Amino acid sequence: MSSLFKRNEFYLGLIILCLVIFLSITTNSFLTIENLLELFTSYSFLGIMAAGMLVVLISGGLDLSFTATATISQYIMATTIIKYGGNLFIAFLIGAGIGIALGLLNGLLVHYIKVHPMIITIATLNLFKGLLMFFSKGKWIYNFPLWFSEPYDIMVFKNSEGYIYPISLPLFIFIVVLIVTGFLLKYTILGRKIYAMGGNKEAARRMGFNLFALTLFVYGYMGFLAGIGSVAHALMVQTVAPNAIIGKELDVIAAVVLGGASLLGGSGTVIGTFLGIAMVAIISNAVILLGIPSYWYMIFLGAIIITSVSITAYNYKLNMRKEAEIDVA
Amino acid sequence: MSLKSFGKVEVLYRKNPNSFVLIPIFLITLALFSVSLPGKFFTVSNFSSIAFQLPELGILTIAMAITMLSGGINLSIIATANLAGIIMATIMKSQSLVANLSGVNLVTLAIVVGLSTSVIIGFINGIIISYIGVSPILATLGTMTLLNGISILTTKGYVISGLPDEMIAVGNNSILGIPIPFIIFIIIAIVINFWLRKTTSGLSNYLVGSNENAANYSGINTRKVLLKTYTISGLLSGIAAIIMISRFNSARAGYAESYLLVTVLASVFGGFDPNGGSGRIPNLIFSLFILQMVASGLNLLGISSHLAGALWGTILIVVMLLQNKRKNES
Amino acid sequence: MHEKILEMKNVNKKYGGVNALKNVDFSLKRGEIHCLVGENGSGKSTLIKIISGVVKPDPGAEIIINGEKVKHLNPRESVEKGIQVIYQDLSLFPNLTVAENVAISDYYRGNIKMVNQKEMYKKAIKAMKKIDISINPKKLVRELSVAQKQLVAISRVIATDAEILIMDEPTASLSKHEINELLNLIKSLQKQGLTVLFVSHKLDEIMSISQRVTILRDGNKIGTFDASELDDQKIAYYMTGKTFDQNEKRGTEKFGKKLLEIKDLCKKRNYMNINLELREGEILGIIGLIGSGRTELALSIFGMNSPDSGEIYVLGERVNLNSNYQAIRSGIAYVPEDRLNDGLFLAQPISTNIIASIMDRLVNKAKIFQEDKIKKVVNKWVHDIGIKTDDPENPVRTLSGGNQQKTVIAKWLATTPKVLILDNPTVGVDIAAKHGIYNIIKELASEKLGIILISDEVPEVYHNADRILIMKKGRIINEVFPDEITEAELQEMVIGGEINV
Repeated sequence: MSSLFKRNEFYLGLIILCLVIFLSITTNSFLTIENLLELFTSYSFLGIMAAGMLVVLISGGLDLSFTATATISQYIMATTIIKYGGNLFIAFLIGAGIGIALGLLNGLLVHYIKVHPMIITIATLNLFKGLLMFFSKGKWIYNFPLWFSEPYDIMVFKNSEGYIYPISLPLFIFIVVLIVTGFLLKYTILGRKIYAMGGNKEAARRMGFNLFALTLFVYGYMGFLAGIGSVAHALMVQTVAPNAIIGKELDVIAAVVLGGASLLGGSGTVIGTFLGIAMVAIISNAVILLGIPSYWYMIFLGAIIITSVSITAYNYKLNMRKEAEIDVA
Repeated sequence: MSLKSFGKVEVLYRKNPNSFVLIPIFLITLALFSVSLPGKFFTVSNFSSIAFQLPELGILTIAMAITMLSGGINLSIIATANLAGIIMATIMKSQSLVANLSGVNLVTLAIVVGLSTSVIIGFINGIIISYIGVSPILATLGTMTLLNGISILTTKGYVISGLPDEMIAVGNNSILGIPIPFIIFIIIAIVINFWLRKTTSGLSNYLVGSNENAANYSGINTRKVLLKTYTISGLLSGIAAIIMISRFNSARAGYAESYLLVTVLASVFGGFDPNGGSGRIPNLIFSLFILQMVASGLNLLGISSHLAGALWGTILIVVMLLQNKRKNES
Repeated sequence: MHEKILEMKNVNKKYGGVNALKNVDFSLKRGEIHCLVGENGSGKSTLIKIISGVVKPDPGAEIIINGEKVKHLNPRESVEKGIQVIYQDLSLFPNLTVAENVAISDYYRGNIKMVNQKEMYKKAIKAMKKIDISINPKKLVRELSVAQKQLVAISRVIATDAEILIMDEPTASLSKHEINELLNLIKSLQKQGLTVLFVSHKLDEIMSISQRVTILRDGNKIGTFDASELDDQKIAYYMTGKTFDQNEKRGTEKFGKKLLEIKDLCKKRNYMNINLELREGEILGIIGLIGSGRTELALSIFGMNSPDSGEIYVLGERVNLNSNYQAIRSGIAYVPEDRLNDGLFLAQPISTNIIASIMDRLVNKAKIFQEDKIKKVVNKWVHDIGIKTDDPENPVRTLSGGNQQKTVIAKWLATTPKVLILDNPTVGVDIAAKHGIYNIIKELASEKLGIILISDEVPEVYHNADRILIMKKGRIINEVFPDEITEAELQEMVIGGEINV
């Protein structure tokens, strides 16, 4: 129990709980199944990508290029199914395939260029974005085939009055991705090796872990989820635009860091990441429901990021000071 | 070449390996475009347009580079510039002030308030990073988000346009044929270079960036050094804002956001180590010129500016691969 | 069963043009504790790396493990043959649990496979029981003390059924008490049949536990000896090719005026009621273990740890030291224990390193550097300390280890201190460099500097200090003069340590 209080997830959860209670009292529409389903559906693509970012951060890496990866996957997926037809499975297959390929390229570069991955992925972000804009000429895509526009609701449940609540495909994928990623990180050897690499890279090398393969997997998985997330996003908004996802990279990182992952690697959990995304989603929702001008959303978010990282840093400092104390007889 | 003078070259190389990569790339880029674009690239008008375009990115890059030198990063430079620009524009458009002040006074007042804002923002960044101890990426990510929010809130997402002529002159006029923005940029580059190489606090920036603990034990007030660096970074963002709004003749939240990552790229390309402690302003200027020449050359060749972005990314990757090879060999 | 569990013949290794190992033959007898000693750069670590498969020897080498000839080893094969290394940094994963760290070698194969938590805890507990330790297996390693971390690293080796354990400088960051426990543990491992190769340069440790000692110098094997035929002097001679007189004592000198005086200095949870004086030309030893408050006190004198109450006087004048900048200005210099990591700016030029603490003295009225002044200072110190370089503008990174050490010392002497505080100046330093440092200390004292020598090694203060203060639990419990007591008596006081004022 005492370890619970040390955990970041606990405090984040507490803040979210307070927000939820506050919003349920002040508004009628917040704590309704429709609102919550819609809210999490609209954040599902970011959530899917955040799961990938979590894995990258745990391994001690960073990826700023995943939004470009996602947008490229989206364009190629959209143009292909518009031209040649297909089905939903093929759409996801294309998205995931392109995502994995670009992710692996990142992994390759990160492994061979011994420079902070932030710099490397800034370079690939510029590269991917430039190529995307050049080939797409910045055009939007609207004319999806009809089958792509159908609602693919997975589970439908009714309330006592017979009202039907569907769980949309993007939301369903988000949940599956969270479960799979959580399982991967916690229970598989691969996941534990990723934690180990993020905790002490040199020691992982000495244990004989194949760091190259791990790096490829981590960035490949990020790419894979960027691809999947991008198709989920296209399903939701039914358009593909060059600037719909690009530019959100720091939002995703902020959500994962709020959820307790460290930029130094080695720590972070799926539950934390989910709470981080939930926090961001609830704030944006609160602003709308309370009728506050939507500009306030970013101010709240910025203030919360600054406060939370400041508290973490300050606590760390205090702990260091305490550790140094001596028992003076 | 005699063996002895070759030895001298080697010494020079060891001391400043980045110049040895950048100067040839600079010359090759210049030669390639001059040959492939006869009468178009190597012209006064092309260089003049480069000299108008480079300063914005250039000043922002210096604002980024000095924080990287101290071992940090400042992701809030663009957000700072935008907010400072919005504040300047708001003052210049304020009815009551326009009625009571002459054009020059109005512009001066706007600039002073705008720059003060950017200094305060830089100071706050510095406090969060040095005194509270937040990692620079996270701290400036937070302030970036907050500042963008404030910018959107004050403008409600609209563009503030139609600035006084005195303001527009700053970004678009020339003195003796040299664009004013370029003069401002060169002055800043010289002053910052002087600060870094010739003053205690500037040199301390290198020391803190290479080994913060050692700097602390050496009697250097590392917190003060970081505070100063982030404050100067904020000030430079504010100066970039002056040029930005006068060239656009407007201010708005979200201008030039794509520059953020380009400034990191230009800094690294110019030899600033993202882990801190090394990098020189002259090399940074070469790096900026190469990037700008590539952009303008491709533009003249009729190639999309987006390909230029892709090319910048590729150049950076290739340079890092080469540097990596060099490191492995030595 | 072969008597020799490991045998290596004709091992050569060239890096570029440098011969790291020259025709070395080496063997380990089953079940022995074997110590490998040599100065930095003698080839110790290369030899270990060859055994652990990280480095390949030059062609022609022969490696026989358990009577079986091995072509060449890679890290995996080396582990499979039962060879395990505990590196100085322990190679633990701070973010994982104790159990996971102990059992992590099971992760070697298979990625998709699930982690069997139950099995893992069982294995970890079994391994820890074998060496009779109990640490909560669910605790994160980052929450452990250094000594506990070391036990986890050893448990990890036990869990792999290793036959040969190589320990690289295992005692470097432990207190005396912890070292004794570790040495006992190693002996008990030996009883369980493990062969231990122990790398160290602390002579007393070598003598106390090993059966055989192999000495390397400049890549050559000087010989393998039974521990019983060696003593400190002999080992030092074989390692360096030079003789050292352990007992080179300073003549009792006349000390000059009072440089430093401390009255009733107190800081909560750091130290209490500290009184001391230091005179020109005096070497004052402060001995105390980790946690005795010695470093905290030193940092207070250096302005980096403000005391709660008490007074500090420099040359009779009361000073208020709130920052080390003020301390440096008052003529106090402090060389931290981790001199290289806490003292050097590797990427910066030698010149910048030398002036790092005195930048404010080299500027003109407009606060701009005076290049001629900088050049003069830099050249003076490069020359006086003898830093070997063709250009002081080269980065410190390009210097050899010895010259880097000299650069740190130059940095502190450039502040022209009156009081020089040295915190464990010979930790991690081999015997030749150790004597070099002692000579510098004595020379500085003869130039009228007052020196505070902080250490946890009794011989170090006993043979070098003029007066010794013993610190324990934040207090000075005794003051002794080396010519009035024996080394053994001092040792007794430090360990036994009754308050005796």
